[in-house]
Amino acid sequence: MVDSDCVVIQGSNMAECHPVAFRWPMQAKLKGAKLIHVDPRFTRTSAVADIHAPIRAGSDVAFLGGLVNYVLQSERWKRDAFFREFVVNYTNAATIVGDEFKDTEDLDGVFSGLMRYAPSIKEWPLDGFVGQYDTRTWGYAPAASGRPSPPPPAGPPFDPLVRSLLTPPPRRDETLQHTRTVFQIVKRHFSRYTPEMVERVTGCPKETFLQVAETILANSGRDRTTSFAYAVAWTQHTNGPQTIGCCALLQLLLGNIGRPGAGVMALRGHASIQGSTDVPTLYHSIHGYMNHPSALKRHDSLRDWLLTETTPRGYWANTPKFMVSYLKSMYGAAATKENDFGYDWHPRIIGDHSHLPMFVAMNEGRVKGLLCIGQNPATSLNASVERKGLARLEWLVVKDNWLTETATFWQNSPEIKSGQLRSQDIRTEVFFFPAAQVAEYDGSFTNTQRMLQWHFKAANPPGDCRTDLWFTHQLARRLKKMYAESTLPRDEGFKHLVWEYDSDDPHERERGEPDAHKILKEINGYYTDQPDRHLAGFGDLKDDGSTTCASWIYCGVFPAPDRNLAARKQADPPGAPGAQLDWGWAWPANRRILYNRASADREGRPWSERKKWVWWDGAKWTGYDVPDFAPNKAPLSKAAPDAIGLDALSGSDPFIMKPDGVGWLYVPSGLADGPLPAHYEPAESPVPNPLYRQQSSPVLKYWKLDGNALAPLGDSRFPHIMTTYRLTEHYLSGAMSRWSPWLTELQPEFFVEISPELAAEKGIGNTDWIAVSTPRGRIRAKALVTRRMRVFTIDGRTVHHVGMPFHWGYQGLSTGDAGNELTALVGDPNVSIHEGKAFVCNVEKA
Amino acid sequence: MAEPMGFFTDTTVCIGCKACEVACKEWNELPATNGGHGTLSGDSYDNTRQLDGIHWRHVKFIEQFSPDRSQGRWLMMSDVCKHCVRAGCLEVCPTGAIIRTEFDTVVIQSDMCNGCRDCIGACPFGVIGVNPVSGTAQKCTLCYDRMKVGLEPACAKACPTKSINFGTIVDLKKMAQARLGQLQQAGESRAYLYGDDESMLGGLNSFYLLVDKPQIYGLPPDPQLPSRNLKASAVWSLVGAVVVGFMSVFSFRNRGGGDV
Repeated sequence: MVDSDCVVIQGSNMAECHPVAFRWPMQAKLKGAKLIHVDPRFTRTSAVADIHAPIRAGSDVAFLGGLVNYVLQSERWKRDAFFREFVVNYTNAATIVGDEFKDTEDLDGVFSGLMRYAPSIKEWPLDGFVGQYDTRTWGYAPAASGRPSPPPPAGPPFDPLVRSLLTPPPRRDETLQHTRTVFQIVKRHFSRYTPEMVERVTGCPKETFLQVAETILANSGRDRTTSFAYAVAWTQHTNGPQTIGCCALLQLLLGNIGRPGAGVMALRGHASIQGSTDVPTLYHSIHGYMNHPSALKRHDSLRDWLLTETTPRGYWANTPKFMVSYLKSMYGAAATKENDFGYDWHPRIIGDHSHLPMFVAMNEGRVKGLLCIGQNPATSLNASVERKGLARLEWLVVKDNWLTETATFWQNSPEIKSGQLRSQDIRTEVFFFPAAQVAEYDGSFTNTQRMLQWHFKAANPPGDCRTDLWFTHQLARRLKKMYAESTLPRDEGFKHLVWEYDSDDPHERERGEPDAHKILKEINGYYTDQPDRHLAGFGDLKDDGSTTCASWIYCGVFPAPDRNLAARKQADPPGAPGAQLDWGWAWPANRRILYNRASADREGRPWSERKKWVWWDGAKWTGYDVPDFAPNKAPLSKAAPDAIGLDALSGSDPFIMKPDGVGWLYVPSGLADGPLPAHYEPAESPVPNPLYRQQSSPVLKYWKLDGNALAPLGDSRFPHIMTTYRLTEHYLSGAMSRWSPWLTELQPEFFVEISPELAAEKGIGNTDWIAVSTPRGRIRAKALVTRRMRVFTIDGRTVHHVGMPFHWGYQGLSTGDAGNELTALVGDPNVSIHEGKAFVCNVEKA
Repeated sequence: MAEPMGFFTDTTVCIGCKACEVACKEWNELPATNGGHGTLSGDSYDNTRQLDGIHWRHVKFIEQFSPDRSQGRWLMMSDVCKHCVRAGCLEVCPTGAIIRTEFDTVVIQSDMCNGCRDCIGACPFGVIGVNPVSGTAQKCTLCYDRMKVGLEPACAKACPTKSINFGTIVDLKKMAQARLGQLQQAGESRAYLYGDDESMLGGLNSFYLLVDKPQIYGLPPDPQLPSRNLKASAVWSLVGAVVVGFMSVFSFRNRGGGDV
């Protein structure tokens, strides 16, 4: 971001929530870059921005769609050869979409294939869909018809299996004139997102919107780049992934991907949340973003899993190598070619097991126990529902630094205080484990740039506090002991699970702490027969069991027993252009900018001297960064049509993870709610959708249960828009901050921010107690009356906007109601993220 | 004596994160007010409100919005002791507890302070207060202990956006002039430096880049030393003495006349 000429922060309050990372946009600004903040509130980020564009919460797609339309209609974009060259060659703009696809333009707000949702499995009726799409009509038009030839038997080797998946590449029209090219579909789709429409939907004055659009366009092109940064204010919506996709679409049109100072930056909300999705705590994915084996897909055998999950063109053609190496890491010597490398021992998922449905399941008594490590669900989404779920568990383990609300919910929650629940009736047995702090153990952080940085133990944790590593290690050891004598087939996997992380340090061994380097080695990988020989990179992975590697994307971080690259701390010399390649290690292969082949033109020359990053020197790819491309593949070399993997892509296809080697403006597969973004109103909104007859996402997830009612459209009892957020001074539910007096004195009390206009209407004075309510609950808070909040005019009507930090709860030095008493279990169909950033409420003087 | 050292605080890049406040408290082991149990001030995001004996850094928040929001600014400024070249606190301290260090900074030696509070009244910026733990007057030391071993002050170290810059006064002045030029060139005509030259108390070794009048930030436009009144009061003392002298002469004369 320090190389950006313009930084747009939308869906994020970067200065407040990522103050340390915010040094980079600020350094760009000091060099003359423009800083734009698009947000309902005037925040600490807006305070240092050149432009603050106010939009109401839940209208980001309308704003971004307006930018897309502005760009496509602008003379500059049509005239500048750079944009055309980038878009024709590096995106799927020229690809022709199948005849059966119908857009929202054709179907008044929905895409082709919408149907009723039918649960696929009776054991888990908790997926929450209100509708679903048959996505088959969204695909590219095939060049020739015909199913792939019958797949050959399973491997290894698996190359014949991958080859059997090849289908003819899709048709293209590089003039972009064909009416069914992605480009023409995109252009038609966004044509209704005019500046006037943006103002009607978002409430942002047209002039301000145009100022933003002009600034972004002026700072994009051959010699200039614009970056976007977002955080959970884009994700926490019933169409969150579509918002991010809309930004990616815009950035591809502007040539702002794969280049220095460009991109779409996901600001992760915790120190290593990137790491926890890479080496996943996600239910639906195994290491390195491979899909978790599922009972609902054709995943019956390793061969079936590979046939379902492998794409023959692009780098994912290597999936068999990643998967077999992963299974070797799970089951070690027991995993053989004959038993499908233990694939049958691997657990399968039977539906959506993410946070929201798991707490619904808990309320239904379907869940026996919960391990809560670094989580505080007692103040989380629709908190009362979550606490009632906790109350139906048989046992609950809380491992944290302090006694969080979750640890004491049975004793002092609002339900106990109100008499709704009585402590003696709650059968949940609660175990509390005091946790060590990060400076008390060795380990790695993976930051938002996918960069691993090693941290070292500075001191022993006090008393009985133990690390998360210790807890997991000890739990696994004890469970393995318990299962050791089992003869049940279902326990085979657990019996074969490899678990050898005991520390060699006598002191740590005595404390029961595992060795973090042994875990890093398992993640990095090694040669199965020579465990001391670490793998140097994922290019060395094999599909025959001769390599063992938990997470292919991390392969290379620990290439030799004495070389932990995450521990490097060598900065580039001041002033020299570079990518800081000797500072930490970024996956994949220490590349700092993904798809950086796009920083050079088709012929491999930098787009401009100023934006030089990676280029072809006549014999190989070179540059400041590690090239994200086959190192010796000449820029204009042709794709081999019958080849698999990278050979199936040409020398000018930068997006090597994509089967067609280009960035996707239109998403033909992989999304549940449409191949293009469309503005839908949040599940709760005070206004009808001004853009389409379809009010909100037709396929959102909603869980119908007591205490989770939604306000119908235009409900006069809840006329205001509410959004939630974090403050710099506190962290998430406050479990790490409301116990520190140095932080609580900075923000001592729960408050809700309202405009002076709303305050006057309701007779509320600054710091008065107010009551805020939704159909789910009611909270009390102090009012902070400020002109940083404003009144919006949405489609001709006046709408008040209310803002609420969600840091409080009933434990700690500073206590207060939890903002999440007000939120709902309603979410997005792709990833089940809840809609915490836009809902409706009422405000009254308390 | 080492080179004069100090702070240059560029308020235009401050994001109000208060990392300086917390880093200062952590390093200097300062307690929170009332153990961290407080009430919401309602004054923007400022809940510590002032510099005093346990708040040696303080971030001010100033909201400036027109009723229709067409104009809007949210100014933030991390305030601290100015380490004046001519320091009022040092001038009035009766015990000699307040010293000028080899870095040209002003430090209160807690073990020599008798808690008389004279310095509190003498400081034109209101930065000093009594720390209830020690019972003595305290304020920013510019991390004298850290500087002694070649470390920068905790607040400057923690500042993520380089709003707080630490260095030699000579370097900081160059940096400040360059930044001022850049801002003025970009059309920010309201930008100016506060306390960077000798006209203000001989120069503030902690000086600021501001974009509004000093009073808006709670800073005096023309801070004075307690001794500023010395000359005037000396004249008045002289005049008084003369008047009294004459009066006594006349009064003697009158009395003498009366006796006759």
